[in-house]
Amino acid sequence: MKSDIILAGVGGQGILTIATVIGYAAVESGLYLKQAEVHGMSQRGGNVQSHLRIADKEIFSDLIPDGGADLIVSVEPMEALRYLPYLSPQGWLITNTTPFKNIPNYPEIDKILAEINKQPRHIALDADAMAKAVGNVRGMNIVIAGAASVFIDIPFEKMEAGIGTIFARKGADVVEKNLAAFRAGRKQAEENR
Amino acid sequence: MSNKKIMLLGDEAIAQAAIDAGISGIYAYPGTPSSEITEYVQHSQEAADSNIHRQWSANEKTAVEASLGMSYTGKRTMACMKHVGLNVAADPFINSGITGVNGGFLVTVADDPAMHSSQNEQDSRFLGKFALVPMLEPTNQQEAYDMVFHGYELSEKYKIPVLLRITTRLAHSRAGIETREKLPQKELNLPADGRQFVLLPGIARRRYANLIKIQEKFLQEAEDSPFNRCIDGKNKSVGIIACGIAFNYLMENFTTSRCPYPVVKIGQYPVPKQKIEKLVNECDEILLLEEGMPFVEGYLRGILDRDVKVKGRMSGELPPDGELNPNLVRAALGMEDIGGAPIPDLIAPRPPALCLGCSHIDTYHALNETVKDVFGDGHVFADIGCYTLGALPPFQAINSCVDMGASITMAKGAADAGLFPAVAVIGDSTFTHSGMTGLLDAVIEKTNIVVFILDNSTTAMTGGQASHAFGRLESICTGLGVEKEHVRLINPIKKNHEKFVEIIKEELDYKGVSVIIPTRECIQTLRKKTKARKA
Repeated sequence: MKSDIILAGVGGQGILTIATVIGYAAVESGLYLKQAEVHGMSQRGGNVQSHLRIADKEIFSDLIPDGGADLIVSVEPMEALRYLPYLSPQGWLITNTTPFKNIPNYPEIDKILAEINKQPRHIALDADAMAKAVGNVRGMNIVIAGAASVFIDIPFEKMEAGIGTIFARKGADVVEKNLAAFRAGRKQAEENR
Repeated sequence: MSNKKIMLLGDEAIAQAAIDAGISGIYAYPGTPSSEITEYVQHSQEAADSNIHRQWSANEKTAVEASLGMSYTGKRTMACMKHVGLNVAADPFINSGITGVNGGFLVTVADDPAMHSSQNEQDSRFLGKFALVPMLEPTNQQEAYDMVFHGYELSEKYKIPVLLRITTRLAHSRAGIETREKLPQKELNLPADGRQFVLLPGIARRRYANLIKIQEKFLQEAEDSPFNRCIDGKNKSVGIIACGIAFNYLMENFTTSRCPYPVVKIGQYPVPKQKIEKLVNECDEILLLEEGMPFVEGYLRGILDRDVKVKGRMSGELPPDGELNPNLVRAALGMEDIGGAPIPDLIAPRPPALCLGCSHIDTYHALNETVKDVFGDGHVFADIGCYTLGALPPFQAINSCVDMGASITMAKGAADAGLFPAVAVIGDSTFTHSGMTGLLDAVIEKTNIVVFILDNSTTAMTGGQASHAFGRLESICTGLGVEKEHVRLINPIKKNHEKFVEIIKEELDYKGVSVIIPTRECIQTLRKKTKARKA
């Protein structure tokens, strides 16, 4: 088993929380894991990515090779496309469709979505709206994590347990809301894969 | 050995190892990608319980000196910094090779090839060799952990500082770490030779001669090191030397088959000569894989570059600059490219920017209005920090960013040459790191400069670490001799814009040293505090 995942977004959108949820479940399942993060200057409103590698044997490189990613998981549509060179020809692209516009020359969103629709294997979902619908306005990243979970060979219960543990100190209500966001994302991906 | 595996960043693995190896203190100035080492110790309950020194230092030089002082007492210590920080600390670092140490002393330096968050991508191995000290370069996070223990043993065995060199990808990547049983801290035990640390020429000559003499022992240690390994391969057309993290990028290309070529994996320096010699003798040519500059490659080629056929960064098989990755190594091996689709043309760059609500935004608005719009070609010398982003649109407010503290001294030099106005922009933490001495230079000569000390009350760029300048800026400036009436304070908020502009104009009119201190807390640390209060 191996799952090489590029997590993409803009600094502050919560991609590291996605990594923590999946990573927790991977470690609990006795798998190897490597997770390269971006710290420092690039975090200030710039594009950020994390390389999350999970396998049942030793992982060497901290970076996923070009053309080697099984998944691109993005919380922002344009950022999903920025990392296409990493995606394997058999890989899936999972992305939020709500743009994060903090630059003056952000392309027309319709063109971005058209480019995403060209990808042979993709799941595009309005994770912002879905998070809101389950009463968790800040749970957009967890909706995306739920959608990605369909494509990762780790038991769903382990991931749910991960959410329970990670958000435990914020209280039972926050755990429930994040579980709802997670399940909503997963359901959407299952129905559209 | 306990079998507990914990997920840690490379930086955190080093920090946990330092705690487990029984350090009594860690000394550092924040700098990406090294900051998380010290932060981890600061947040560690174990470190608090065993009273490990873990406060930030004013800069890397004071950090290395304090570390050396702790080592003097027989205790284990670590100094941490980013690569350019080692330049700041070069004086005590190089000389600590000559004094030697007493308690184990590790200098951990995190290089930043590809300049993710840096002004250059220098390779610290050159400075380690310059200092004639043994060096360790881990391949992965577990090795980083293990090398800390090995490094302290080496340091105490030869009474020598040891350089632990890592790079960004290892520092900021997480993996499962198997930890060891915690060792107790060392007892106070002063140096046997009371003059060991006295580098008077007569003593220094003797110690330097000794340092040169023990190089052969360092070499033997490297030959025998568990971190330097020969891996045999049947195909002798190429022999591969892979240093540190580059070994991973090699192995990544052989996950389903065995690497057919003989490999020497290097993790401890000086370069293990016998291992290299054997590889050179049995292979037609050598491929050198190293993260950073062509350190081993350059030495292997020598000046004449004719005895060994070497492929690497100097001959173009690998790029001469930037980071390595599995694909670059794959290409150097002559293997088929497996790259994915190109980036679609419509993707726009998304450069980092000052945060919404950042106090620097207000300062740059006021500065641009006065310097650019009133004086036209006024030049602004800036420094290292978030405010360096003022170089980018929409501000385009600054004309330099060179090294910690260079804003004030460059403004002074330009003013000496007749430039008016000559303005310096420096952050609060950068000012106490390396700006104060330059300000003293200007005060002594009453140089006509205006210095902005942007006080956001933290070391923001590296993640909001405590700033030595906090609450002290005004008294430091007047203490250095800046006239009290020309130390001007302002809260940089929209409402105060006119007042701010007025202050700048008045100080530009003053023919001497002026300091303007806009003070408003970093929006990120403020948010963190508010969140913590709510929780």
